[in-house]
Amino acid sequence: MDRRDFIKYCGIATVGLAVGKAGRILAADKLLEESPLTASRWAMVFDLRKCLHKDGCTKCIDACHTVHNVPKIDIPGDEVKWIWKEPFDHAFEEQQNEHLPEELLHAPSLVLCNHCDNPPCVRVCPTQATWKRASDGIVMMDWHRCIGCRYCIVGCPYGSRSFNWHDPRKYLTTIQPDFPTRTKGVVEKCTFCSERLDRGLLPACVVDCPEKALTFGDLQDVHSEVRELLASNFTIRRKPSLGTQPQVYYIV
Amino acid sequence: MRDRGRILIGLLIFLILMTFPVWYNALNGVSVMQEPELATKNVPGKDKCVNTAEYMRQNHMNLLNQWRDTVVRQDVRVYTTVDGRKFNMSLTNTCLDCHPNRENFCNRCHNYLAVNPYCWDCHVDPQDPKVLAAKEPR
Repeated sequence: MDRRDFIKYCGIATVGLAVGKAGRILAADKLLEESPLTASRWAMVFDLRKCLHKDGCTKCIDACHTVHNVPKIDIPGDEVKWIWKEPFDHAFEEQQNEHLPEELLHAPSLVLCNHCDNPPCVRVCPTQATWKRASDGIVMMDWHRCIGCRYCIVGCPYGSRSFNWHDPRKYLTTIQPDFPTRTKGVVEKCTFCSERLDRGLLPACVVDCPEKALTFGDLQDVHSEVRELLASNFTIRRKPSLGTQPQVYYIV
Repeated sequence: MRDRGRILIGLLIFLILMTFPVWYNALNGVSVMQEPELATKNVPGKDKCVNTAEYMRQNHMNLLNQWRDTVVRQDVRVYTTVDGRKFNMSLTNTCLDCHPNRENFCNRCHNYLAVNPYCWDCHVDPQDPKVLAAKEPR
């Protein structure tokens, strides 16, 4: 090897090292740049009027159930649901005045876990498999701890929880690798997409709604979109007399 | 001693059953553990685990339990190794990214030791046909 070759190879080696190093730095940054969305109190506002514009649309439900590997089981009583549509008169039993507009009475209201401030499901769970996160109020599920006693299903006044009577994988045609499936014998429900918030993404239902009928944000932040909606619209919540303080608000 | 015949037959059956492991192994050969396959041993960026091989061999289950509790209960998802590298604490997306063949990696030891961890009841194997069928990641 002559002097020129030696210098040439030195140059190539330096470039190689630099590229390798840069690659590793970029890989680490990719992990860190996923800045999470945080709040003091997550809440959701659902605009029923906007949802009515798209009759028969199920985009939010499809998005949620795809992202979270929720199986579609058509056996009555065995269904697993995180978010679904319930006729207005079912969803708001207590608040049903007589002579309501016909279109509102049977309006499909989107229902999901209310992430209550005072969640009865958490009080009855014997293993703390479900708990209210102190940081942002999300009622979480730990499927590792759930023993399938179903007290929480009895405790929840909104029917937001489903039990896996069957192996959910049998009912899934495709599985998203980013989220685990559940197993036979555990209870599951909406988690306000806590895993997506960690990656800086809004809940799947909010993102996929073509009418932007769903708004998600920090209730403690005066300038947040949810607070603005609550300040400028009359909203109702499901079964307010129970004192659970649901954090899903409905504009009717 | 009228029952001598029956007693002898009983003893014979007892002896055969008692020595089952000895003659079963003699007939079938001693079972040998297949070494787990490290598929990405020579792939840059995937050639170094979050801890030493010795540590992982003995303590991977404890580490995974710790990861589970940190992610689910404390909402912390990034793990920093002793030498400062950062990893997303995820069985499916981090562990199985470097050990893509669960059958030839996890299961070889687990089967040999007759342990049956239920991780995979819920956690997804990226090689599962139903995962591969989900073309567009969400």
